[in-house]
Amino acid sequence: MKPILTVDNLQTHFFTDSGIVRSVDGVSFQVNEGETVGIVGESGSGKSVTALSIMRLLPSRVGKIVEGSVKFQDIEMSKLKEKEVRKIRGNDIAMIFQEPMTSLNPSYTIGNQIGEAVRLHLKLNRKQAEKRSVELLQQVGIPRAQEIVHEYPHRLSGGMRQRVMIAMALACNPKLLIADEPTTALDVTIQAQILDLIQQLKKTSNTSIIIITHDLGVVSEICERVIVMYAGRIVEEGDVRSIFESPSHPYTSGLIESLPSLDESVEWLETIQGNVPIPSQMPTGCKFAPRCKFVMERCKQEEPELIDIGMGRKSRCFLEGKRKNV
Amino acid sequence: MKNSLQIVAEPVKVVAPKKSLWIDAWKRLKKQRSAMIGLTIVLFFILLGVFAQFLTSHPYDGFNTDKILISPNSEHWFGTDDQGRDIFSRILYGARISLWIGFFSVIGSIIVGCYLGLIAGFYGKWVDTIISRMFDIMLAFPSILLAIAIVAVLGPSLFNALIAIAIINVPTYGRLIRSRVLSVKEEEYIMSSKSIGMSNSRILFQHILPNCMTPIIVQGTLGIATAILEAAALGFLGLGAQPGEPEWGKMLSDSRQFLTVAPWTLLFPGFAIMLTVVGFNMFGDGLRDALDPKTK
Repeated sequence: MKPILTVDNLQTHFFTDSGIVRSVDGVSFQVNEGETVGIVGESGSGKSVTALSIMRLLPSRVGKIVEGSVKFQDIEMSKLKEKEVRKIRGNDIAMIFQEPMTSLNPSYTIGNQIGEAVRLHLKLNRKQAEKRSVELLQQVGIPRAQEIVHEYPHRLSGGMRQRVMIAMALACNPKLLIADEPTTALDVTIQAQILDLIQQLKKTSNTSIIIITHDLGVVSEICERVIVMYAGRIVEEGDVRSIFESPSHPYTSGLIESLPSLDESVEWLETIQGNVPIPSQMPTGCKFAPRCKFVMERCKQEEPELIDIGMGRKSRCFLEGKRKNV
Repeated sequence: MKNSLQIVAEPVKVVAPKKSLWIDAWKRLKKQRSAMIGLTIVLFFILLGVFAQFLTSHPYDGFNTDKILISPNSEHWFGTDDQGRDIFSRILYGARISLWIGFFSVIGSIIVGCYLGLIAGFYGKWVDTIISRMFDIMLAFPSILLAIAIVAVLGPSLFNALIAIAIINVPTYGRLIRSRVLSVKEEEYIMSSKSIGMSNSRILFQHILPNCMTPIIVQGTLGIATAILEAAALGFLGLGAQPGEPEWGKMLSDSRQFLTVAPWTLLFPGFAIMLTVVGFNMFGDGLRDALDPKTK
């Protein structure tokens, strides 16, 4: 399989008044053609910033990619001019945002907004764009697409709007789709429908998808590979099945344990103690050490490397290294 | 491919009944008595201005030395001034001038102010600093003083008064739109239009501007009243309308020496100015409540 996206040692920092925040701190991964990759982690682990860095959509005043490369197909994204990036955005790489309620401009009709993307990249005229909008709306399963194209966003429900957002993202048949928490703001039944939709789209087109979420349920449902992020770094990477069966990093197992299960009744759900450390108080050793159940003296001194643990899996934990050496 | 997906059963929830923002606003506006009174006054003066030549048989500049300072009677409803001109006709034609200045100076201020405000708010950094400081400097002057200075440079005439009034009001609209842009540009739909590869200028004019227009429309309506007052003030000082032109402010200043002998020469132009300004203010206030119900 050919990699469509290669992220290598990406470091994105935010230069704020209270100091430098290393939101993404040396992240490397690949996404292959037609593959669905999930990026999971708590709030503040740097998953959304990774996505914005790939798209080069960081807030220009404070956020900056300081090192590393993002290669889309064979194009080095960080070297492109703003104008060239614009040609890729929406055309080759599309993005779906978290908040469907606010991601559509209230002043324009649905058709107008979907049509914008196609008019921009495929150079269609107004009429063709509207026809394409109707097609796209039908494709994402919106009933009465003919009428909905002329509606304003406030008349649609959240789930419908997320469908519209997906239609917008699909407008130019992108090769890579980045979905930043596409289901977080929706209620459970709609979540399932949207996930179904994404899955069906995956089957029909050969689009690679990156799903950013903190919901492991979503990941287990539609992803093939998972990347677990913590405090701006990848702590574990591997295929979905093996990670769920035998998580290697204590953080991953913590995340899986804190999922509620229908099979057994427990009084308390498992949690991971504490919070993601605030940037100014990053621990010197392993970033997860203060919250880790298996913390050792060594963890507090030095930080483990992301090591290959076989079967395409990687983990950033000394325990894993030990297991391997013995 | 397009038929491979089944249409889901989720019904399209119609959140709001089918009506546009403007119809909605009009309905709210209709409920407010003061706004409707304001609108009526405004429309009344517009009609007076438009049909001035049909409403009076006297020319506005008909000198008549036989009929100087006649008090109101059945032939000259509002009396005549010191040159024997019919005050009623002059008020009607004056409505044209005042409304003309009001509308066009505001439109001019809005175009320039919006442009500067959009750029300042969107690009930030030094662009913002320069434009905002420029606005601050302009606002530091009393507006009428600045207008006098501008007219002094351009030369006194009605058109130059219009230009001066447009210039001094630019910061009002500029600042208003800048503050709106600052909040609108952080909206998710701006990010999402960036993510489909839109250029900055297109985002600015197509996505940000339309979402900043409501406060501008309200401010513009109120601004017409201010502009009319400022035009009258400039006219009064002899910097706007030139002798002969039936401008309300000019009429006041020309006849102020006859206050004791012929009060109607001042009373009617003064009353006209007051009524239009009150009309626009009432209408503008109502419009604000109608367009943005949350602020009420």
